[in-house]
Amino acid sequence: MTRARNRELLALIPVVLLLTAGFAAVFAQDHSKLDNLSLTYGAYFFAVCLVTHVYLRIRLPHADPYLFPLMAILTAFGLVMIYRIDESLARDQANWFLFGLVLFALTIQFLRDYEVLERYRYIIATAGILLLLAPRLPGIGEQVNGAYLGVKVGPISFQPSEFAKIAIVIFLASYLRENREVLIVGARRVLGVTLPPIKHFGPMLVVWGASMLLLVFIRDLGTSLMFFAAFLALLYVATGRFSFVVIGMILFLLGAWFIVATVPHVHERVEIWLHPYTEPRGSGYQILQSIFAQADGGLFGKGFGQALITVPGTKDTMLPAAQTDTIYSLIVNELGLFGGCGLIATYLLITARGFKVALLANDGFSKLLATGLTAVFAIQAFVIIGGVTRVIPLTGVTLPFVSYGGSSIVANFVLLALLLLISNRARREAEQGATHSRGDEPLGATA
Amino acid sequence: MNRQIIKLFAFIIVLFAVLVGFTSYWSVFDAKALKEKNVNQRPLLEQQQIPRGRILASDGTVIAKSFPNGHGSGKRYIRHYPLGALFGHPIGYSFVQYGQSEFEKSHNSELTGEESEFGSIFDQLTGTKQEGEQIVTNLDLHAQEVAMGDLEAAGHGAVVAIEPSTGAVKVMASNPGYNPNSIPNEKTFKRLSYTEKVNAPLVNRASFARYPPGSTFKVVTAAAGLESGVITPETAINAPGSIIDEGHELANDYHEDFGPITLDFALTNSVNTWFGQLGQKVGNKNLFSMMEAFGFGSIPPLDLPEEEMLPSGVVGEHGEILHRKDPVDLARVAIGQERLLATPLQIAMVAAGVANGGKLMKPQIWNRVVDADGSVTKRMDPSVYSEPISKKTAAELTTAMEGVVDEGTGTNAAISGVPVAGKTGTAETPGNEACGGGEEENQAWFMGFAPANDPKIAIAASVECTEQFGNDVAAPIFRDVAEAILNGE
Repeated sequence: MTRARNRELLALIPVVLLLTAGFAAVFAQDHSKLDNLSLTYGAYFFAVCLVTHVYLRIRLPHADPYLFPLMAILTAFGLVMIYRIDESLARDQANWFLFGLVLFALTIQFLRDYEVLERYRYIIATAGILLLLAPRLPGIGEQVNGAYLGVKVGPISFQPSEFAKIAIVIFLASYLRENREVLIVGARRVLGVTLPPIKHFGPMLVVWGASMLLLVFIRDLGTSLMFFAAFLALLYVATGRFSFVVIGMILFLLGAWFIVATVPHVHERVEIWLHPYTEPRGSGYQILQSIFAQADGGLFGKGFGQALITVPGTKDTMLPAAQTDTIYSLIVNELGLFGGCGLIATYLLITARGFKVALLANDGFSKLLATGLTAVFAIQAFVIIGGVTRVIPLTGVTLPFVSYGGSSIVANFVLLALLLLISNRARREAEQGATHSRGDEPLGATA
Repeated sequence: MNRQIIKLFAFIIVLFAVLVGFTSYWSVFDAKALKEKNVNQRPLLEQQQIPRGRILASDGTVIAKSFPNGHGSGKRYIRHYPLGALFGHPIGYSFVQYGQSEFEKSHNSELTGEESEFGSIFDQLTGTKQEGEQIVTNLDLHAQEVAMGDLEAAGHGAVVAIEPSTGAVKVMASNPGYNPNSIPNEKTFKRLSYTEKVNAPLVNRASFARYPPGSTFKVVTAAAGLESGVITPETAINAPGSIIDEGHELANDYHEDFGPITLDFALTNSVNTWFGQLGQKVGNKNLFSMMEAFGFGSIPPLDLPEEEMLPSGVVGEHGEILHRKDPVDLARVAIGQERLLATPLQIAMVAAGVANGGKLMKPQIWNRVVDADGSVTKRMDPSVYSEPISKKTAAELTTAMEGVVDEGTGTNAAISGVPVAGKTGTAETPGNEACGGGEEENQAWFMGFAPANDPKIAIAASVECTEQFGNDVAAPIFRDVAEAILNGE
């Protein structure tokens, strides 16, 4: 089946054009002249995408045709924005992009039968928890802005939570696939509220306790929220019990409230969120600058390369962590509300395609895995964009595929590889089913 | 499970819609308020990257210009004021460190060439860089120099000169001044704004300082009397050495008893008991109406930032302007005392209104905006601010004010060969802390216009904390500035 792949190839062309135009705009602003370098970069990017595409054509011919181009759009967006902040960072990011693609190919190569993951679910869960706690280990842990999100081994530092999120989702999908029946059947109504059976309530409390511990240990509200929201999403999809979600939310809010009241760093984050003008040049600086940058963008933005990132003539930052946390604010600053909405729409399209994969999948594990991976991806985007737009407290989560950072881009390519693997099988089976029952009209191609 | 997946997707759509909503709020709906927050340095920093337009005196002399500093993305424009302290007021300053003030602030959008959102989109597409427009002011370089020189010799105070027929502000001087080029220096700025508070060089005394106007206000009282028909130039009022007003004595200098006299004589000799009684006869309603028509009680209609100008009037305990229904001692208000306070700008407006036959023109500092290509994009359009008095009343007042300079209390304002109309004022301000608490301190005034038969310039000059009278210290300033302007024509 090559029709899906042809669509993918077609969809990659506008992505490459976007990247080339973006670089051209940044060059024009920086050096007041057009440089063929933008074309060179465009050509490199196209070549890399083309190789990936050919690989997908061979290995996963039936996989969803839009997921890879959509993620390539985000990467292109990110590369241009990061280049515009700092050329050397963009070179790093491009290298990480290549490394991510290698891991992407390896995942597809070795996990064709991804059910094998189910067999190792406890090992994977343990690995996930260890990864999350690694930043607190003496010697390798790294504290950034009071939160423990990084690990540094020799010259290499990375954010283990990016990989942990995939491990935890695999575990949850597998665990819930096995236990969803008992969770539904064993549920009873107490005072008009449907409660899960006590016996199976335990593991769920463990997950709740884990995310609370996470909050205490790594002190990052955003990461904790992301994990727990992904858990609730999966629990809801697996059991269909909305009351479980409500109970979970109440538990989370109670726990979070308690921790906010007792852990100073988390408390400070919430205070800054509620009252940023208390210390406009101190703790409130980042969120205020983030919002001022957006105000500066207006409807159409100032144009690529036009926004102020540092005070002119100095190195004093005007937008702290512009290449990571606040990259969305920079995008709104330069491309306006339209640019911001375009980015959010891209995330929404990826989410839609991811859920489509889940809808088409035939077995419970595939469905739950696709749902979980998509949900955690979407929620991560929400947590960081929500953070810089003051919907929720600002925390140190990356914007998937856009923010600067090796762990983020590599982990998200693994996530993409898993989604494509599930999609390839689901659509192949759907097509075969359709071929058997309705002749040669391929169903998958229109999906 | 598919139904739940679709519901979950719907929930995520809602979450993303919230993000779009918040982004719209910050970037569009609340953007203006955010840009005006004083902790938001962005607008100023961005304006620094625009070549800000020059500000010129009426003869084309450069008062303010911008020069580029640095290269590439670090390139920015820095303001420079070649004339130093001369036009510190009313031009003000524009620096990223301490923001903007006065004319630089109120005309910021022209000076930066600010455009609408759609205009700037067009510029982005065509690659046009935003560029400021230059503004030619009405300010007269030579007359301003004369005013500043005289003030520096006389003491703290202010001078305002307005062309009566157009409202063009030709001089606005305030002493002590400051050199705007020194504003970016943190220490200097702190010194200018805090420790020398009594001197307050950053305050434009012409528009942001209020003083008791003393006898200059008698012109307003006379205008109310004539205009309301309570008196004519022939009406005689008995002017004894003193009268009892609200239980207090209101006296003439040396308790001199003038007997029954008319307006000309009363104004020429600045007879307090005459004007005190006139005020009582005219009544609250007429006097306050006349004050309001001359601009009292309102922020002056000048093109400076509203927050940098003060309204004149009878000022209550909490700085509020009292109205006709509030209890005031009318006889004392009528001679420019009680709690009456006026800015030099306001008193200059009174002079200009009388000079222009009763039509008070809106005072304006700017004259025209010239774009980068050298073509005039906007020009000052003289407009009538109010018509407080008739032509006849104006003529009668002018005759009386000529008497002041010819043979009365204001002879030092006389210019040889040119008829001058004016009025002195000497308000006693004993124990004024701003003057160091001395008992002999006065606020000395002179207001008037010249030539009396064909007014070209109306001027108010005011000197703080002086032991001298209006005729000794303020009238000579009037004379010098008026001569500078008349000779320059």
